[in-house]
Amino acid sequence: MNKNVTQEFEKKDNDHDRFSNKIDNAGQYLSFTLGKEEYGVDILRVQEIRSWEPVSRIPNVPPYEKGVVNLRGSIVPIIDLRERFKLKSADYTLLTVVVVLQIGDIKKTRTMGVVVDSVSDVITVDKAQIQSAPDFGTKISNEFINGLVSVNERMVMLLDVDKLLKLEELDQTEISVF
Amino acid sequence: MSIDMSQFHQVFFEECFEGLEAMEAGLLNLNIDDIDPEVINTIFRGAHSIKGGSGTFGFNNVADFTHIMETLLDEMRDGRRQVTQIAINILLGSVDCLREMISSIQNEEEVDESRVAQHTADLDNELNGLAESTPPPSHKANVETIITETSELVSNTSEASDTNEETGWKIAFCPYLDLLKTGNDPVRMFRELSELGELTSLANIQDVASLFEMDPEECNISWDLKVMGDIPLDEIEEIFNWVEGDCELDIQPIATKPAKKTAPPISEVAPEDEPEEAIETLAKEASQPTQPEIIVEQPEISKEIEPIAKPPTTATKEPNKKIQLDSDQSKLIVQVASSIRVDTSKIDALINMVGEVVITQSMLGLVGENFTMDKVDQLKKGLAQLERHTRDLQQSVMNVRMLPISFVFSRFPRLVHDISSKLGKKIELKLVGENTEIDKSVVELINDPLVHLIRNSLDHGIEMPANRIAAGKPETGTIELKAYHRGGHIVIEIIDDGHGMDRNKLIAKAVEKGIIDDTTVLTDKQAYELIFLPGFSTAEKLTDISGRGVGMDVVRRNIEALGGNIEISSELGHGTTIAIHLPLTLAILDGQSVAVGDETYIVPLVSIIESINITEKMLNKVAGKGETFRLRNQYIPIIRMHKIFNVQPSTKSKMGEGVIVVAEGQGVLCGLFVDDLLGQQQVVIKSLEANYRRVDGVSGATILGDGSVALILDVPGLVRFSNR
Repeated sequence: MNKNVTQEFEKKDNDHDRFSNKIDNAGQYLSFTLGKEEYGVDILRVQEIRSWEPVSRIPNVPPYEKGVVNLRGSIVPIIDLRERFKLKSADYTLLTVVVVLQIGDIKKTRTMGVVVDSVSDVITVDKAQIQSAPDFGTKISNEFINGLVSVNERMVMLLDVDKLLKLEELDQTEISVF
Repeated sequence: MSIDMSQFHQVFFEECFEGLEAMEAGLLNLNIDDIDPEVINTIFRGAHSIKGGSGTFGFNNVADFTHIMETLLDEMRDGRRQVTQIAINILLGSVDCLREMISSIQNEEEVDESRVAQHTADLDNELNGLAESTPPPSHKANVETIITETSELVSNTSEASDTNEETGWKIAFCPYLDLLKTGNDPVRMFRELSELGELTSLANIQDVASLFEMDPEECNISWDLKVMGDIPLDEIEEIFNWVEGDCELDIQPIATKPAKKTAPPISEVAPEDEPEEAIETLAKEASQPTQPEIIVEQPEISKEIEPIAKPPTTATKEPNKKIQLDSDQSKLIVQVASSIRVDTSKIDALINMVGEVVITQSMLGLVGENFTMDKVDQLKKGLAQLERHTRDLQQSVMNVRMLPISFVFSRFPRLVHDISSKLGKKIELKLVGENTEIDKSVVELINDPLVHLIRNSLDHGIEMPANRIAAGKPETGTIELKAYHRGGHIVIEIIDDGHGMDRNKLIAKAVEKGIIDDTTVLTDKQAYELIFLPGFSTAEKLTDISGRGVGMDVVRRNIEALGGNIEISSELGHGTTIAIHLPLTLAILDGQSVAVGDETYIVPLVSIIESINITEKMLNKVAGKGETFRLRNQYIPIIRMHKIFNVQPSTKSKMGEGVIVVAEGQGVLCGLFVDDLLGQQQVVIKSLEANYRRVDGVSGATILGDGSVALILDVPGLVRFSNR
């Protein structure tokens, strides 16, 4: 019986290897739209997709930081990507979508929500297909874009979520309760 | 099979610190005139566990250092060495040094070698200065040299004994299956044995199951060991001290026998290499353990025996490598992880409570499934039950975060011991109410302020022995550290019977520094509180312990940051009492919710003095900008919340329509102008920083009954922010 268990373990390990190989060569991205533009984020960073709900405003922050919501007991900031990218802001409707993303590294992960117009698809992208982004000019700072990829003749901009959602760190001298 | 050892590091470090604390407490309790062997034993055990653990995990510098301490302690334990105050102080210093070494390792920093070397030299001097059997004092600064020296010494003695007569011990060591689970490592014990003399080991592996059936956590091997050399029995017994009760142990002296070389070289049967053969051969041999051919001449065989010992050594080396590889990862874990030890009964209570909640929930589910109006009563009953259980559950969870305050207090005997001997004062520290429980986060943050206050009492409070006798007081001063609960708060008192505070001196000093003018009349309390002002010190001379005038203001700020306050009462000539009031927990606070425009904010109830309604006429403008109003004899600045937070003002933007909440933060009063008061409630504090960042004027957030988020205002922060 023990033998079986060992074999099973080995099998799992193999599966795991295959899985990680896949990630090395190709990645899955969640694509969403802002106006007529299509963007993608690494699907492993997506925690959940929610509909828009009213936020509690935070005083004296940039307008694209909409506020915070209660996500099952944790306080999660919501950022409007349209405003972040200086696009024309849209009204929030029942169909407005909030994509909850995990950012950061092993040391500290943060959860944040970004407001987008709608999510469209999960796309599998071969690493080789990703082209580096040309200079976009003023609209979007180039640093947020990891690369471009074309899917069914549409261009999808792959976003670097860590850079995108980096909020300037203020001094953390304050006593943290938890 | 390699085990990732780094996962145990954190536990090891914690155990080390616990061991060090026990050692420290033991050393402080040692009374030179009346030595309690049990106390020395406790200290010794602490050192021994740390040595063993650090050896296992490959922290060799720690193991080497502890080894020297252990040697010293061992001699004390056996009565071979006089316990002197000097030795105790050296050991205390070594405990500090060891603590630093371990925390450096924990933080993956460089160990301060020079300090280690210095303490090693101290220990070494102490060890050699009084030891009879060891060579004359040598000022070796390096741990390793000493170790090699001692082992040379051992091998010398064993060689010497070889030339004369063959003596040694034959040890039948048959561990029970769960030996490994108790954290004992036979290989380590064998290594220690081999330090005593030439070690011959023979493993009986006939009980070892085949690879697939084997449970790696069970010890199926037994050993026949031989240690050659003139070794006292108790040294061998000491090595096995830790496994007593976990094994069958038989130690017999080896009678001197003429050497026989007839035995087949046992060493060829390396157990890990050729298991099947080994089983056969060994089983045969094990069945006839008294056969003379097994007693082989020791010098010949020792070289060949080495391979037997090797496989385990390589096995232990592998985890070491692993540790290196994982160091990056473990670094992260070390920085993030902070664990808490919880009484199992508390967890049981928690689980019990969760069970109750689940039952109630399923009951409510049943009611809701086919709901008819006649079930309203049942529903109400269920909801009431749920509410009660939730409250209980909350209380139990909070309980888990509670730690006895002895976690903080236990550090102070050492502090008092060190400082009082430095100052030449005689001081007794009394601890009262050490079991009073307090929130874990408070425990972590209260330590520094307390250290500061106790240092102050030691330095300024208690007089020199001669002055005390002159004042008709006992020569030994007393500092009492007392903790108790009072009405939802915990009170920590520091009571000394020193000379108290002289209010005239305080006032004179304050006038001199221009803090107050000499016409100001102060109550006693106000006079004492002068010491909390920055830059205020009345100490006649500055010492390295206290008196630089930094500190008391920081102490007060820290305590207020914890939501507490600090009070002083003093009687000139009789002593001073400092009382700190702290909230039981930082996770929940009583709040007043206020409305500003469409937003709801929470003002901590403790900072609210009163709420009043004023009219526009009562406002005074200062320099055309700042608004104040007069409350009794004070002008209070007004902070218009919707302005400072950029909230769309509601219709109530005129002074007469809203409410002024007069709040205090760090001694500054201000009036927060809000639209309305909504209600008082207990709120659970949530960190904004966890996912977001710090926001000016906001100390945290909470979730309201309707699931929305409300920000908790930070009154001192608001004042600072509004002044900008």
